[in-house]
Amino acid sequence: MKVLVPVKRVIDYNVKARVKPDGSGVDLANVKMSMNPFGEIAVEEAVRLKEKGVVNEIVVVSIGPSQAQETIRTALAMGADRGILIQTEETVEPLSVAKLLKAVVNEENPEIAILGKQAIDDDANQTGQMLAALLDWPQGTFASKLDIADGKAEVMREVDGGLQTISVELPAVITTDLRLNEPRYASLPNIMKAKRKPIDIKTPDDYGVSLDVRLEQTNVAEPPKREAGIIVESVAELVEKLKNQAGVI
Amino acid sequence: MAILVVGEHDNAHLSDATNKTVTAAIKIGGDVDILIAGENAGDVAAEAAKIEGVRKVLHADGASLAKQMAEAMQALIVPLMGDYDALLAPATTNGKNYLPRIAAALDVMQISEIISVEAPDTFVRPIYAGNAMQTVRSTDKIKVITVRPTAFEAAKTGGGASVTSIDAPAGPFKSTFVGEELTKSDRPELTAAKIVISGGRGMGSGENFVMIERIADKLGAAVGASRAAVDAGYVPNDYQVGQTGKVVAPELYIAVGISGAIQHLAGMKDSKVIVAINKDEDAPIFQVADYGLVADLFKALPELEDAL
Ligand SMILES: Cc1cc2nc3c(=O)[nH]c(=O)nc-3n(C[C@H](O)[C@H](O)[C@H](O)COP(=O)(O)OP(=O)(O)OC[C@H]3O[C@@H](n4cnc5c(N)ncnc54)[C@H](O)[C@@H]3O)c2cc1C
Repeated sequence: MKVLVPVKRVIDYNVKARVKPDGSGVDLANVKMSMNPFGEIAVEEAVRLKEKGVVNEIVVVSIGPSQAQETIRTALAMGADRGILIQTEETVEPLSVAKLLKAVVNEENPEIAILGKQAIDDDANQTGQMLAALLDWPQGTFASKLDIADGKAEVMREVDGGLQTISVELPAVITTDLRLNEPRYASLPNIMKAKRKPIDIKTPDDYGVSLDVRLEQTNVAEPPKREAGIIVESVAELVEKLKNQAGVI
Repeated sequence: MAILVVGEHDNAHLSDATNKTVTAAIKIGGDVDILIAGENAGDVAAEAAKIEGVRKVLHADGASLAKQMAEAMQALIVPLMGDYDALLAPATTNGKNYLPRIAAALDVMQISEIISVEAPDTFVRPIYAGNAMQTVRSTDKIKVITVRPTAFEAAKTGGGASVTSIDAPAGPFKSTFVGEELTKSDRPELTAAKIVISGGRGMGSGENFVMIERIADKLGAAVGASRAAVDAGYVPNDYQVGQTGKVVAPELYIAVGISGAIQHLAGMKDSKVIVAINKDEDAPIFQVADYGLVADLFKALPELEDAL
């Protein structure tokens, strides 16, 4: 079974995004970039499926600038087999990403696509669901457990009320939630080995997908700042303040 | 302009996330209809009909809609969209699951988790864990939008819209419901509670959360947690507050043994009053707290319980 794992290069999760003063976006110059953490979880899950013998090939795909090759290399070092970079400097909205991924699926014919549930930059939480719709595949989103057997995937999902388990026929799209696994760190030998694994460089044109932008960004602003509060000396003072000053208890 | 709002419910009760989404729809302007998709959800449809400002309720009832699974919701909603200019759902795990699927089927780029309506085609949404507020103008003919419920007041009840029955999709679908483990609690729902008290890794164990629960019960509060506390298995996943968990904005948020990572702040920094209890005076949580108490939680929590 072949698995496709799309990953996105994003601001590192430890870095606090800074808004540009002219309102044109977030300043990413000289900022540490990494693989989207939910994408790491997706790669890890694919590697575990391969280690279990369920999967025999892991293809990683990223859409973005040439530096996204580093993101693909990280996935290859974790255990993926080969990469595809669809190179573009443009903004690519989730709908266009889903269209590109659909084209990759049509070429590669994987039986399962595992994606992060959301990218921590645009926080959109859309791409996996959109890909499933475009392919007419079922979807198992926000997965915290994945079992594959008999042409089906059983997916335990993190939902607002707790956990829900569904069964989806393969081929299917799975999106990862935080508790699915803990991604490994690539070992030095695997990092060296990853340097020799192939990465195909493509462009959106190769897939005949136009990157038209449907959401025009008109401004990016700082969120409202909270005013610094006070340090209370005791629980008694805290309760007194909450009662008499804030009036919330 | 006609807008369809998808109601959030468990087949028995309508969630107030629906009322809040209706408010966002009214701000966009036009005729607002609510869709109740469920199984034996007649009471919910009747409840939805009472929301003020609603033109009519569409009620689709059938086994295929019992859990509002994405494929069935797509089969139900896509054919309805010939009559509507916008489709809204609350940004709950349900809405986030089915709405992007429907958007793609309509060839529309969804606008996720809006927190304000600037114009019928222009919306503000948080990005980068709420560290930036993005304003976007949609050029799509149909607008498909998830709404962050905490950012909108709940529409009042008192109206009397009509309820129209429509067919549930027959299927079959390639996904089936197997089971669920829902967290049972008599406390208020986390995203709707007036007071939330959350524990982090500093709690040390699930047993220690009893200290938080006792205070929650005295205050009528909901209990939340950081990711670290959920990952460690102290509490169930649906307690997680943050960028990738639940977003809350109560009158009072009490963070206990939580450091204040950006991902956690993203889910609670719109709370009216924030209290932080942490033994590390340099913990970032104090930068957003209105009242900070630098103390060992194992001493402070029993004192707090006694003082209430
Ligand atoms: C992709 C991604 C998504 C994430 N999403 C979320 C999310 O939605 N929500 C979320 O919360 N996190 C999220 N995180 C995790 C986040 O980055 C932090 O790791 C997490 O919030 C830390 O939880 P914590 O504050 O409980 O633990 P820690 O950071 O370990 O902090 C524990 C705190 O407890 C204090 N403490 C310890 N003992 C005591 C004591 N006896 N008395 C008083 N204080 C004490 C310590 O001083 C410390 O400040 C996400 C991370 C990633 C990468």
